Amino acid sequence: MGNPLPSSRPAEAFPAGLRVLIVDDDPTWLKILEKMLRKCSYQVTTCSLATDALHILRERKARFDIVISDVNMPDMDGFKLLEHVGLEMDLPVIMMSIDGETSRVMKGVQHGACDYLLKPVRMKELRNIWQHVYRKKMHELKEVEAHSFDEVINILRNGSEDIEDRYLIDETEMSSMRKRKDVENKEFGDQELNDPSTVKKARVVWSVDLHQKFVNAVDQIGFDKVGPKKILDSMNVPGLTRENVASHLQKYRLYLSRLQKQNGGTCGGNMPSDHMNKTIKGNFGLKSSTNMQQDWELTKYACTIENFQTLGIVANAAHVSEMNSRVAPAQVIASKKALVNDAQLGLFLSFKGMLPSIKEKACKPLHDERPVMQLMQYPEQENYSILEGYSCLANPDRDHEPSFDHLPSSQPLVMSATCTNGKDMKDLYEMKPLQPAIPPMACMIDSVSIQVKHGLVNLQDTGAICKLEGSPSIEDFYLDETNNQGCFPLTCEVSLKSKSDSDSMPEELHLYSVQKKLDCLENLSVSGTEIYQYIDSVPTSEVQSINWCEASELTGDYLYDQVDYSLIDEYLFA
Amino acid sequence: MALASHRHISSCLCSIHSSLCYSTRPEMERSSLQRQLANLKKSLFDQGNLDEQFDQLEELQDDASPNFVEEVVTLFFRDSSRLVANIEQAIEKSPRDYGSLDALVHQLKDSASSIGAAKMMKECTVFREYCDKRNLEGCLRSFQKVKKEHSTLRLKLENYFQLLRQVGPAEKATRSGN
Repeated sequence: MGNPLPSSRPAEAFPAGLRVLIVDDDPTWLKILEKMLRKCSYQVTTCSLATDALHILRERKARFDIVISDVNMPDMDGFKLLEHVGLEMDLPVIMMSIDGETSRVMKGVQHGACDYLLKPVRMKELRNIWQHVYRKKMHELKEVEAHSFDEVINILRNGSEDIEDRYLIDETEMSSMRKRKDVENKEFGDQELNDPSTVKKARVVWSVDLHQKFVNAVDQIGFDKVGPKKILDSMNVPGLTRENVASHLQKYRLYLSRLQKQNGGTCGGNMPSDHMNKTIKGNFGLKSSTNMQQDWELTKYACTIENFQTLGIVANAAHVSEMNSRVAPAQVIASKKALVNDAQLGLFLSFKGMLPSIKEKACKPLHDERPVMQLMQYPEQENYSILEGYSCLANPDRDHEPSFDHLPSSQPLVMSATCTNGKDMKDLYEMKPLQPAIPPMACMIDSVSIQVKHGLVNLQDTGAICKLEGSPSIEDFYLDETNNQGCFPLTCEVSLKSKSDSDSMPEELHLYSVQKKLDCLENLSVSGTEIYQYIDSVPTSEVQSINWCEASELTGDYLYDQVDYSLIDEYLFA
Repeated sequence: MALASHRHISSCLCSIHSSLCYSTRPEMERSSLQRQLANLKKSLFDQGNLDEQFDQLEELQDDASPNFVEEVVTLFFRDSSRLVANIEQAIEKSPRDYGSLDALVHQLKDSASSIGAAKMMKECTVFREYCDKRNLEGCLRSFQKVKKEHSTLRLKLENYFQLLRQVGPAEKATRSGN
């Protein structure tokens, strides 16, 4: 299916029509710049007073893509304007001045200018300003995984309101769909998995209208009875697939469950409530993410942390939705770049189920072992490339792809994922089966695969540290780590295996991501459907009570305010 | 310009019998005007009154705005005259506020950069240094230089555009004649 975004202009035209607001108190420069920009086929609005410019922007900020402002203006310092624009509109601002002193330029950059042009400004410089718009949108659209030029263009052309509604679009989900299929087909090495284009085809943009239809359909059917198929039929939108609806439903449920949690003030885990609130808020107001780009690095760090805290909810909610809709196992991917404090983050990974085992055992602490987890490849170049990793879930390098054939005869059973962090990874997890119906079992951590920015590192911890403990009740399913502050309700399962080649682990993981799949296990012959059925049978409340612990470091002093919530959202569904 | 006028001479000779041809005398006048125009522009550059920003302006001129350069220059002189007057007031004001004087000179310099008024920009830079040092003598001297350059440039450019207007239509006629 094509991209449903209406496009007022062909994508190829892109920088043409770029809406530029120029602010300069000098009428001569204003005239010259206007002429130059028009020659670049940009739409130009001129303004000779900074205060007027601010007024115009406040009234119609959605009508501009970029602002070019002189630094020295009598009515308002250009830096002041820059600050306002940055805070209120989050538009890219280019400063210009005849003054090229380093301190001035630095001041501009510090105030958030995306560029600083020296007068006399040349046309070739102006012709190139679209890059700032493009770059910014790409960053903003991370959650949409808009990695193609055309997609970004489409967004650009459709104005910012679209972007704000985009919390519901998801391509990354599609990859989870894809994944499920793979599970069902037992085609773990399926080429499609690594083919972003296949994934892209299934992409749907959930516009306001479309979402409204969806909500109407849900209301009509009744929230308890909804299923993707029913909704799809009720919506009657050509081109929409059951999977599109399913993934959207999953998100919608997640969204509602967050709402619920926010209102109820409690969550499955023991997360500090202020974290919760932040997370929740962020997840709701995607728009806020666009306002928080001032410090990318910080954002990234914080977001990762936040992300971990969120994982619990997500996994939980996603799981919940699965129970009803049998949506594919959600994959939660956390991606991380440079953990603050160089702490290494650890997560788990895959457990080999040794079913059935009747022993009840508590997990042992991981001690110094690195926790295991599957890490996705994190493309090196840019922030947003994180996204690209999603679509192909797992890295392109086949060797490191999860594959079940590596596992022993028993079924890969993964129930869990946890994260802990830190140099002192002593967290331990006590895992118990999710469900009474399942025989108690013991699991071992099978392996880890960690990918780092500059190379792939695989760890193999065949030494099994964790054991799953069978228990008849879900309530028992939590970690008893003592220093936890945040507990995740996680019902994720991590499936993963990795090759045994173990490069040395880098001192710090600059990047890492965790992927968890919410698979659940059922029987040895690996039947995807059965797995889901199993999940289906777990009541929501019980699922929510499954907690995983998080190392306290994770909840520590990170910059919550800097969190880029959109990223989080993205991870939730990746 | 020199090349263009050379072409004009030859085209004039070739088109003596053509229906579109003008009489020999105005053609020669025209080419002489063109030479003057070229010389004037050259001297503006050679003497440092203008820099390549002026060329940039000429490049921007197109069919959509055939008098773009002249419009910009006119706008510049209108606005810069206002700034010069403001500076005059500020410099005579007592107590003297070097900060706002500096800001005004900076504005004038910014404005001068728009048309590539290089010499004015240079004088403004010196002026600002005196402002910075709170050197009244220097400020006054600089201001006189700025004003002088401002009016010199205005005269020269007025002359230039006048010549251009005279040459302009002829150039078009010659082109169509060819």
